[in-house]
Amino acid sequence: MSLVTATLRRDLLLAARNPGEWLNPLMFFLMVAALFPLAVDPDPKFLSKIAGGVIWVAALLATLLSLDALYKTDVDDGTLEQWLASGESLYALALVKALVHWCISGLPLTLMAPLLGLMLHLPDSAYWALIVSLAVGTPVLSLLGAVGAALTAGVRSGGLLLTLLILPLYVPVLIFAASAVYHASIGMDYNGQIGFLGALLALAVCLTPFASAAALKLNLSR
Amino acid sequence: MLSQAPVELQARDVFCERDDRVLFEHFDLNLSGGALVQLAGPNGAGKTTLLRILAGLNHDFEGDVLFNGEPLHSIYPEYAAQRLYMGHLAAVKKSLTALENLRWLTSQWQIDEDRLVQALEAVELMGYEMTPCQQLSAGQQRRVSLARLLVVPAPLWILDEPFTALDKQGVAWLEQRLREHVEQGGAVVITSHHALQAVPGLQVLDLSRWAGDAL
Amino acid sequence: MWQWLKTLYHRLGSPKWFYDLTSRWIPWLIGFSVLGGVVGLVWGLAFAPADYQQGNSFRIIYIHVPAALISQSAYIMMAIAGAVFMIWRMKMAAWVARVIAPIGASFCLIALLTGAIWGQPTWGTWWVWDARLTSMLLLLFLFFGVMALQQAMETDEAGHKASAILALVGLVNIPIIKYSVEWWNTLHQPATLKLTEKPSMHPDMLYPLLIMIVTTYVFFALLVILRTRNEILWHERKRTWVKQLLEKRWNSAA
Repeated sequence: MSLVTATLRRDLLLAARNPGEWLNPLMFFLMVAALFPLAVDPDPKFLSKIAGGVIWVAALLATLLSLDALYKTDVDDGTLEQWLASGESLYALALVKALVHWCISGLPLTLMAPLLGLMLHLPDSAYWALIVSLAVGTPVLSLLGAVGAALTAGVRSGGLLLTLLILPLYVPVLIFAASAVYHASIGMDYNGQIGFLGALLALAVCLTPFASAAALKLNLSR
Repeated sequence: MLSQAPVELQARDVFCERDDRVLFEHFDLNLSGGALVQLAGPNGAGKTTLLRILAGLNHDFEGDVLFNGEPLHSIYPEYAAQRLYMGHLAAVKKSLTALENLRWLTSQWQIDEDRLVQALEAVELMGYEMTPCQQLSAGQQRRVSLARLLVVPAPLWILDEPFTALDKQGVAWLEQRLREHVEQGGAVVITSHHALQAVPGLQVLDLSRWAGDAL
Repeated sequence: MWQWLKTLYHRLGSPKWFYDLTSRWIPWLIGFSVLGGVVGLVWGLAFAPADYQQGNSFRIIYIHVPAALISQSAYIMMAIAGAVFMIWRMKMAAWVARVIAPIGASFCLIALLTGAIWGQPTWGTWWVWDARLTSMLLLLFLFFGVMALQQAMETDEAGHKASAILALVGLVNIPIIKYSVEWWNTLHQPATLKLTEKPSMHPDMLYPLLIMIVTTYVFFALLVILRTRNEILWHERKRTWVKQLLEKRWNSAA
């Protein structure tokens, strides 16, 4: 078993041992979505119009919430330094870490989103668009967010800082994804938006690991 | 269990500054198999920094560091397989068991499961293989990390404060292990405030000898 | 040619050389900024014809457009300086990147404020989710991020590197953000009246605008140079040339 697969296995095992890591963001996702009808208007007609956007904003916030610990524990307990010492590329590590993060945040969010759609009266025609947009869009959130997590890994209480750094970068994903869901809900074609999300995903897979790797090196050179 | 390949670690005229302060300059080192170098010096002298430079983890320096005559960065993956680096942190995940931790720590060398279990037994963690490390004491966690020294086939060891948190028996065991490694032709660089005894080829370098002036 | 580039590189990397060189530039830059500012503003505010649709309120363009342009260039320059620092480890580049961030953010804020003031007579409201204004707002957030990260890191060195990485990630993202915001905007509110897009501007309106743009760039350069010099003095405070310089100043003042 190489270090890459060993790390993949280790991190999934860690998530299984500490269910809070992935359950808490999920509960947060549910609660935030529940706040909108309470704060704005429980009228089904109104809710069905904003459902896609609300679900996407909630998913984005839940993702940010779970990013903080991505590299921090590895920096603090010395395992990140051991990775660097192994001679394995940091690019590979960054990809593995983003993949693990998606498995414990984006994937469950995608699977739970239809339940929120039900609560927020999402039109029937939009469910498929919601699931596809989340499935393609949340990996981008994980990859971009991992850069922020790597940058703030050495900063005390870097969670809020991470949010500040990454939120503006999430805007394109949010725009295309929420618009895909909205278009589907009024019976329009949404292939274009999903295509854009796919392009963003391809770009993020290629580029963000470089940035993460550079940021990790920086956190290790102290 | 050591590969018989020659080990030679050289540092030539290494200069390193940190935050407008020269940590050390004109530092030279020649280390080959069968010797142990202990870096000493007051806190802040740059022991860990030098250790990380020698381990190929820190590139923020001037001068050359060579392994078997080649600069570290040009043969890094090969170098990484031949040297074992242990940072001052134990690199142990609290919610994993001792065995799972050791498995991850040695995964780049792909070592048999049986030998990992034997190593844990040798560091007196028998019966704890399946216990999450958060239930172990700091010294026991350090032992999990040190169990690597029994299974990893690297001729060069670079160890940062490995005696931290160990009890008397642990210290004796580690000294014994260092002695064996050196006698078998291995090389060790270590930082420690602990006075090492009866290790052949022991060489103590006080880093303050190379300390520079403030810029 | 190569040799010449190498010398230039070494000189640029030398804080003392930069300090001495810019000492001579500063009076010229100040003179140009004042002159250009007076000419551009008087021409633009008093002599350029009023807009046939917006009347006199359009004149805020002479502040708004230069500020918006410069804040975008500032981000690009900050990212490039950060990259130069990361690749060649040139400390000067890191200092330049660091001083640009707050200046760029200030111009961004000016563009947003003037945009809001302009919005009041034009749209009847202080804020409209117009594509350009929204992009500027996001650019401001990107500047904030870089500055916050710079502040949060323990050492200067780490702060320089981290903010350089973030600025580069932001640089790749800016075109994507701009495009997505423009796309979103056309989707939600078909363009009616855009602030700054004129098919053809009357030369009497255009020339003062061009003057203001050039002047603001010079002013921006002046600010960056002044702040970089401060940065140099602080970081090199223990070197002899700074000590001598301060002594000379002290003696001539006394």
